[in-house]
Amino acid sequence: MSEGGHPDVILCPGGPMLLRGDHVVQDADGVEHHTTRPVSAVCRCGKSSIQPWCDGTHKVLPPKLRP
Amino acid sequence: MLIPKGRGSLSEALFEGMRTNRSTFTDVLTTLADDDADLHISLWALYEMHYRGFEDVDDSLEWHPELIELRRSLESTFEQELRDRQPEVEIKEPFAEALFDFIAGHDGASLAAFVQRDATTEQVLEIMQMRTIYHLKEADPTAFVVPRLSAGPKAALMELQYDEYGGGSPVRLHSALFVRGLEAMGLRTEYGAYIDDVPVEVLHDNNAMSLFALNRRLRGASLGHLAAFEATSSLPSRRMAQGLERLGLAPEMIDYYTEHVEADAVHEQLAVRTICGALVAEEPWLVPDVFFGAFTCLDLEDRFARRMLDEWAA
Repeated sequence: MSEGGHPDVILCPGGPMLLRGDHVVQDADGVEHHTTRPVSAVCRCGKSSIQPWCDGTHKVLPPKLRP
Repeated sequence: MLIPKGRGSLSEALFEGMRTNRSTFTDVLTTLADDDADLHISLWALYEMHYRGFEDVDDSLEWHPELIELRRSLESTFEQELRDRQPEVEIKEPFAEALFDFIAGHDGASLAAFVQRDATTEQVLEIMQMRTIYHLKEADPTAFVVPRLSAGPKAALMELQYDEYGGGSPVRLHSALFVRGLEAMGLRTEYGAYIDDVPVEVLHDNNAMSLFALNRRLRGASLGHLAAFEATSSLPSRRMAQGLERLGLAPEMIDYYTEHVEADAVHEQLAVRTICGALVAEEPWLVPDVFFGAFTCLDLEDRFARRMLDEWAA
């Protein structure tokens, strides 16, 4: 459920997916990770060193390799 | 915290007057600062009256009209200097990408890169002492901006601030994480403990945040500063963590930086998109001030980094 202007999921152009609220995210290896903060950023470029979360690495990728 | 040591004629006269709870400061008002350090330690102490104050200064002086007059005079000079430093910016659309690009395009010196590869333990300890001036009140300046915003940016800012303040848990508060790191490194943890030792560049940085946060008309600059701060934190925090690991320094301080890798990857998106984005959607005339605040954050951090690197001849 989402109220106007406050979506549960935000896809950031060229960057992560923001996830609001409490969730459990399963990473590519099948390991489950609980969100711990009001908003979490899930990696979409695949290059983050703290999967499944974003660590800002997308910003140093060439634009065409960004999500 | 006790009032700092004076750094010249103005701050010495001012601090003596504050300690002795004088009823009038007319002579201080006519005293000129000897130099930039004298001006900025005076301004820093006047701002600090709005945060936690000083054990040796009466709290009622926070709103003493002559001290407010002095603060206004010093901060006007400072604001003009900051505005004069800003190059002309061509602001493109869409706003969020333009702000991210502007921040990414700022080519500054990096203390984090130096810590990652080359710094000695002594140099890292020195940086930590400098960082206490802000990190022990992390997110506090921005908290002053909350009631000055309309609903959209206000709610968005609180979403970020709630995380800065540990989601309501005093032990998860970012400033509390930093205290644990300082303790583990054998450094002092009291608020303002190292204020007498920091170079003027640290005071510039701290005073700019208070200037923007305590003047409602500068709310755009305050949030622009926040955006640039958050957007230049995640990758440098990883470098800091790697540098501390390289030197075998306290895991608690490494945790502080590791937390910021993850937290600030979220916060940069929130600060640029949901906070500044919502602000300029509602008050589009604040766009130039958002960029002014972002530039100031990057510029002052660059000046601080250069100062330290020069000092170490790095």
